[in-house]
Parts: sequence; C-alpha cells; structure tokens
Amino acid sequence: MDLTTLFQQLINGLSLGSLYALIAIGYTMVYGILRLINFAHGDLLMVGAYVGVMGVGMFAWPWPAAFGLAVVLTGLMGVLLERGAYRPLRQAPRISLLISAIAASFLLENLALVIFGGRPKPFPAPPVFTGVFSLGGVFIPRLSLLIPALTALFLSLLFLMVYRTRAGRAMRAIAYDLETVSLMGVNINRIIALTFLLGSLLAGAGGLLWAMKYPQVNPFMGILPGLKAFIAAVLGGIGNLAGAVLGGLLLGLLEIMIVSLFPDWAGYRDALAFGLLIIILLARPTGLLGEALGEEKL
Amino acid sequence: MKKAWLNLAALAALALILGAAGQWANEYQVRLLNNMAIYITLAVGYNLINGVCGQLHLGPNAFITLGAYTAALLTLTPPEKAQLFFLTPLQWPLSEISLPFPLALLAGGVVAACFGVITGFPVFRVRGDYLAIITLGFGEVVRVLANNLQGLTNGPMGLKGLYPYTNLWWSWGVAAAAVVLVISLVNSSYGRAMRAIREDETAARAMGIDSFRLLMLAYVLSAFIFGVGGGLLAHLITTISPSLFTFFLTFNLLIIIVVGGLGSTTGAVMAAAVFTMAGEWLRVVEEPAVIGGINIPGVPGLRMVIFSLALLLAILFFRRGLLGRREFSWDACGRFLARLRNLKLET
Amino acid sequence: MAFLQVENLGMRFGGLLALEDFNLEVPEGGLYGLIGPNGAGKTTVFNLISGFLKPTEGRALLQGQDIIGWPPHRIAVLGIARTFQNIRLFGELSVLDNVLTGGHCRGRAAWWEAAGRLPRYRREEKERLARAWALLEDVGLADAALEPAGKLPYGHQRRLEIARALATQPRFLLLDEPAAGLNPQETLDLMDFLKDAQERYRLAMLVIEHNLRLVMGLCQHLTVLDHGLTLAQGAPREVRRNPAVIKAYLGK
Ligand SMILES: Nc1ncnc2c1ncn2[C@@H]1O[C@H](COP(=O)(O)OP(=O)(O)OP(=O)(O)O)[C@@H](O)[C@H]1O
Ligand SMILES: [Mg+2]
Repeated sequence: MDLTTLFQQLINGLSLGSLYALIAIGYTMVYGILRLINFAHGDLLMVGAYVGVMGVGMFAWPWPAAFGLAVVLTGLMGVLLERGAYRPLRQAPRISLLISAIAASFLLENLALVIFGGRPKPFPAPPVFTGVFSLGGVFIPRLSLLIPALTALFLSLLFLMVYRTRAGRAMRAIAYDLETVSLMGVNINRIIALTFLLGSLLAGAGGLLWAMKYPQVNPFMGILPGLKAFIAAVLGGIGNLAGAVLGGLLLGLLEIMIVSLFPDWAGYRDALAFGLLIIILLARPTGLLGEALGEEKL
Repeated sequence: MKKAWLNLAALAALALILGAAGQWANEYQVRLLNNMAIYITLAVGYNLINGVCGQLHLGPNAFITLGAYTAALLTLTPPEKAQLFFLTPLQWPLSEISLPFPLALLAGGVVAACFGVITGFPVFRVRGDYLAIITLGFGEVVRVLANNLQGLTNGPMGLKGLYPYTNLWWSWGVAAAAVVLVISLVNSSYGRAMRAIREDETAARAMGIDSFRLLMLAYVLSAFIFGVGGGLLAHLITTISPSLFTFFLTFNLLIIIVVGGLGSTTGAVMAAAVFTMAGEWLRVVEEPAVIGGINIPGVPGLRMVIFSLALLLAILFFRRGLLGRREFSWDACGRFLARLRNLKLET
Repeated sequence: MAFLQVENLGMRFGGLLALEDFNLEVPEGGLYGLIGPNGAGKTTVFNLISGFLKPTEGRALLQGQDIIGWPPHRIAVLGIARTFQNIRLFGELSVLDNVLTGGHCRGRAAWWEAAGRLPRYRREEKERLARAWALLEDVGLADAALEPAGKLPYGHQRRLEIARALATQPRFLLLDEPAAGLNPQETLDLMDFLKDAQERYRLAMLVIEHNLRLVMGLCQHLTVLDHGLTLAQGAPREVRRNPAVIKAYLGK
C-alpha cells in the first residue's frame, strides 16, 4: 500500500471512528447512570436519518432547518423512550429492563418499516457536504473531513456541558452513586431524562452524517453501527466519556485498516468488533480508560 | 403414580391427534403443526437458560444456524452436494458423507453443543448486559462465517433442495422429548440450584453451588436443543441461507418465553403454540385485502409492530406472563376442576 | 492444630485499609464472636474466609489447608457456611426450596441421573427432603414451607437463612448480625437455637453481632475490631474490661 492510499485510509478510518464515537457517547452516558445497554440507541440513528430524508428530500426544506429538526426530534425520541420503556422498570429485575430495551428497538425499526417501507431511500446530501478536497495530490471526500470536525465540535459542547454546568455535575454524581444523590434532593428523573436527551441528540447528528456517508436510509440501518458503537464504548471503558471517544476512533481505524491491509478479510469485517469485544472482556473488562464500576458490596 | 398415568395419557392423546392430523389435515395445517412443534422445542430450550437461570442469552439463532447447516450438509447426498457447491467444492469428508435423518439431527445438536462448550467460557466470565451483547454477537459472527466459508456452507447461496424429512412424528417427537427432558431437569435439585442462581448468584455460591458449571450445563443443553431444532427447521423449509436465521428468530423466542412467563416451562409451551397461531392470523394484516369493497393494501412490518408492542406491554404490565413462574400441573388442574364443580353446586 | 487458623490477614480496597494483621484461631466446636463499631471490617473478615474476597495479605487454614484463593462454592463444600448481613434469600423460591438448595452441594448424582430420576438421585433427594423438613421444624418455619421466601416477615427470613446455611451441613458457620432487627424475645430464642445447634452438629461458629448481650451470653471468645485493627481478643469478661474496647465503644 502506498503512502497516498494509507493517508486516505487513515482519514477514512478517522471519519468512521468519529461516527462510532458520536454514537458510543450515548451508550456510555446511559450505561454510566442506569447500568443499562440502551439497545434502542442505534435505532435513534435511523430516526434521525429518516427525518432528514423527509425534510430535505420530500419537503425540500433548507438543509439547516431539516437537519436541526432531525436532531431535535431524535433527542425527544430518546427522552420518550426513557419515559415509556425504561422508567417504569427501574426497580424491576435487570432482565426485564433489557428485554424492554430490545422490544423498544424492534418497535422503532418496524414502525419505520411500516411508515417508510422496506426499500432503502437515497439520502439527498446537501452540496455543502459533498465534493472532494485535494490535499497535495490526494483526493479526499469533503465529508470525510467534515465528519471528524463536526464530531469534535459536538463533543466539545458536550464536555463543556458535563464538566462545567450544574446539571452536568449532577449527572456525574448520579453515575457515581445514584442512591446517595437521590437522597440529597436532586431530581433524578430530570437528570436521567437530560442524559437521554444529550445522548440522543448526538445519535441524531450521527444518523444524518452516517446517512450521508453511506448515502441511503433503511429501517434497520441503525443496528450494526449501534452494536459497534457499544463495543467501542466498552473498549474505551464504559461509563467514561473520553473512553467512548477513544474507543470509537480506535475501532473505526482498526476496521478500515484491517480491511485495506487484508482485502481478503473484508467479508469478516462485521465479526471483527465482536471478536474484539470478547478479547476485551477476557483481558481487561474495564476497557482502556475505565475504572471498575462499583462492584456489588456484600 | 397417578400423575405418571396422566402424563402417559397426555402423550397418547398427542399421538392420536398426530395420527388423525396425518390422515385428514391439509398441507397448510400440517405445516402449521410442524412449525408449532419446532417453536415449542426451541422455546423450551431457550427458557432453560433464559427463564430458569435468568441469563439473557441473545444468540439462539447462532446455534439454530449451526444445527440447520450441520444436519442439512449431512442428509444431502454426495451428487446433490457436488451440484450445489459448483463455485467452491465442499470440504472433503463432508462431500462424501450422507447420513440418515435422525443421525443428522443428532449431529446438528452435537455441533451446536460443542459451540456452546467453547463459547461458554468467555460468556460466563460476564453477566447481565455484557452477556446479552456477547451472545447477540454470536448470531452476527455465525452469519458472517456462513457467508464467507464457501467451502463449508456454499456462502450466500445457501443450501437448496433438502429432502423434507421433517414430518409431524419427527417434529412432535422431538418437541415432546425436549419438554420432558427440560421439565424433569428443572424440577430436580439441579433445576432448583439454577433458579437459585437466577434469584441471587452470590448467595447460591455461598451455598456451595458451582454457578459456572450449572450455567454451562443449561447453556450447552439449550444449545443442543437449538441445534436439533435447527435441523428440523432446515428439513421443513428445505432451503437455508445465512440470512435466514437472523436476530428476528431470537426475538420471536424471546416474546414466547416472556409471554409464557419467564421460567415457566409449560408456559413456554403454551405461548409457543399461541404464538404460531397468532403469527398466522396476523399474516392477514400484511396482505392486501378487500373489506367492504375498499382495497386495503398490505402493510409489511405491521405484524412485527404488533409483536414488539405485545412484548413491550407484556414486560411493562404483565411481567409475570401467562403463567408467571407457575407451571401447569395435574394438581392445579384438579383444583381448578374442583372449584368449578363447587361453583356449580352452589348455584 | 486449630480447626480454623487465620494468620496475618489483611485487606486493602484501593486506598482504604479495611483489615490489617488479623489473627484468629477457632477450635473445633468453638463459639466465637466478632464485634466492633460500624465499618470496623467485620463483614470483610467473613468475605475473606468464605472466598468472596481475596486478601491482599495473609492466609486462612481450615484443618491445615490454605483456602485462600478458593472459589466460594468450594469453600462451602469444605464445610464453611455463612449468612449475609442484608439477608440474601432466593426470594421467589419457596421456603422449603431455599433449604433444599442448601443441600444441593452434598448430592453426588449427576444431572442426567437427576433428569432421569435414577435411584441414586431419588435416594439423595429423599434424604435432602427429610433433612430440610427437620431443619424447618427446628427453626419453626415448617408451617410456612410452601410460601415464597420473600414474603416471610423479617425475623423469619433471618431464621430461614440460618436454616439454609445449616442445610449445607457445615462444620463452621459464619453468622453476620443474626439478631439484627429481631425483638428481644426473638433474640433469646435465637440464642437458644444457636447453642443447641452448636451442640447437636458439633459446629464451630463465628458470630458478628452488635447486640452485646447476645454475644456475651453466647460466645466463649471475642475479637474486637476497630478500623481494621484488632483491639482486643479473649474471654468475654476480659474483653469487656479492656480500656481500648471501652473507648472505642463509648468514645463515639
Ligand atoms: N467491596 C468493597 N469495596 C470497597 N470498600 C469496601 C468493600 N467492602 C467493604 N469496604 C469498606 O471496608 C470497610 C469495612 O467494611 P465492613 O463491611 O467489613 O465493616 P463492618 O465491620 O461489617 O461494618 P457494619 O457493622 O456496618 O456491617 C468499610 O469502610 C467499607 O466501606
Ligand atoms: Mg458488616
């Protein structure tokens, strides 16, 4: 592989990794607080993408309006999900909560199938996001650069929010010890809803970017990116925001690199992430940056 | 003793019904009955690890795929295989072997069980959400393998033209055997220990229960049942491909055991039967229909919307399912009849 | 040789030294007590001996055999049973099933013998049932045998947990605050029951308890912990007069 291709692949991996990171943040935030894999998180990607398609394609709105609406609606969908499927079960056995998450995920996918049909829809990417850059003779799709840049922007906003505001502090406190915080008179439900909102907003943005990168939208498009982003979150250390970003970038780069170095293995790409997950859980269950999540005290 | 007679009578009744169905049922009804038996088999196996042991295993489809492929590769004759594998020839010993159906079914179960033994070690290093996502990964990994190991699976084209060996006797025979095996295990000291692990694994370990070994036992047994069920399924539909056994199949099994009451074996049996019927009735909503002169186009996906809603509502509001953790038993049946009789006497 | 000999046991959680240089020798059939203020490290001692935690230092010998590093279930099979401070019953199983579960580890029949109801399994299950009923009679829960354990009143749950631990046929029983939440009469009954059980089964016991009347009346030997350190060890009377102990108890 020559240097040019290597460079292109690096950028490619970086942009895929950024998308994983954007989605992984939502998993890690929810897991940090509720110790729950939000199985439906990947499907929020699909919700964002469909709203985008509707806005830009069907109603021919200006893209900033359509995209803004897509992100906001996805955020609200996340909050609705928490209200409807998770909150009623917070005291129930964990297995019920997980099953509820799976049911919610299937419900979203099949509702999309009923509403939009099973045929993949092309995503009409606005011109701002298309085209190629030429960097010293290397051609790079503009989107591949925009994705990491936008991800960096969103994540900075999120980190500001989590580390510099009162609500963010409460969020971190709950992740550390839910019971004590609830005794201190903090409105837990509000903070949990806020966590879902933030994670889902990012998923909405991720969905739009994903749909432009692989320019089509279908009801089941969120499943695989969702699973991989979750694995990225585990790789980085679940519950740890910076870990989710690191894990996402690593997984993205790894996938792209392996496929470009060993083209014969391309067919196994989707199994790679799960192999990685098993290795992490065996070798270092806390992930790269994570600390042991408070084990149950006897 | 009296109960043993009742159980035997129930089996005899089942045999009679099957004999009658073989005589008079039409092809569609027979197919439905076969489906029902296979769902019962799979659900009973799934309930063992998921409901009784309380571990959210999300990979039955992986084991079903393994069983289906193994059994199919073994019943096909060498010339049929040569014809199917025209791109990449089938690996040597398999290309020459051809086994009778029962042996092939058994081999499907054994291969799936071996996969269970190998994967069990990493799986039971973790619990809860992690266990769920790892096992979910198996389905994905097995699908990828089935797509890529051309010389073993014929890749995306899959295997066609299997002989439809699965008849009512085979499917219901296997279902009855699975139900008897699981019920008698669950009602033994081993089943009690498994339920103890579900309730509180730490306390169970303090009582000297080797939770890893028991979970492994349930997991491998369920894998075996999935494998055999997969073999039956393959020889019922006669065409299999990697995309056939998706997470969707696991989801259906999950609905069945939740609605049947997680942990209740007899509940799983009843729910599997109801689910198969409901699936057929609900087919209507996905097919175009004319009601009162108005053309109503079929809505693909609506059936699954209804099923996911059912699962969501069941887990939110009826967490105990149809039977809860209770089991159908002759005693309970007798009590119920006695109550009915008393009611009649009073009125 | 002591029945259980604990040497130089130490446990560190991150920066917190929960237990330091803990030594204890329990003879066969000994009734020993472990007391100390909240957070002293008492439960940690139990978790170390029963295999739920691995100590950062030291060893624990059961009849000369080092059991540190063994998984909890093997330690239980060796004959050390325990209860939990915050009662951990199998809530949805019946009272009887809870006790039967304690007897599972003594069965030798394999799973297929159990599933096939073969003779060896049938014999073992019969014995298990007989023993479980006897235990339930002993703790006075035979009437509630078929109720779910989670539905029992608190005091009964404590007794059931002890019965379940006894069903594993231990030689050494660890009781973590068995009288917590019991009323005075229940506490007295419990004391009688424990003394009786100790004699009947030739059982050694280590009891954590805040109720000083109970430990003083029950135990031959006390160990007092505070902040992970052993303040005093010896016969109850001596320990009670120890100035360091008085200070630790009255100083807060
Ligand atoms: N698994 C654990 N991880 C971290 N710290 C722990 C753990 N278990 C116990 N500790 C800490 O070790 C110290 C001793 O705890 P331990 O439970 O042994 O006290 P105790 O004497 O049983 O107190 P109590 O009377 O309240 O039950 C406490 O400060 C506790 O917070
Ligand atoms: Mg304690």
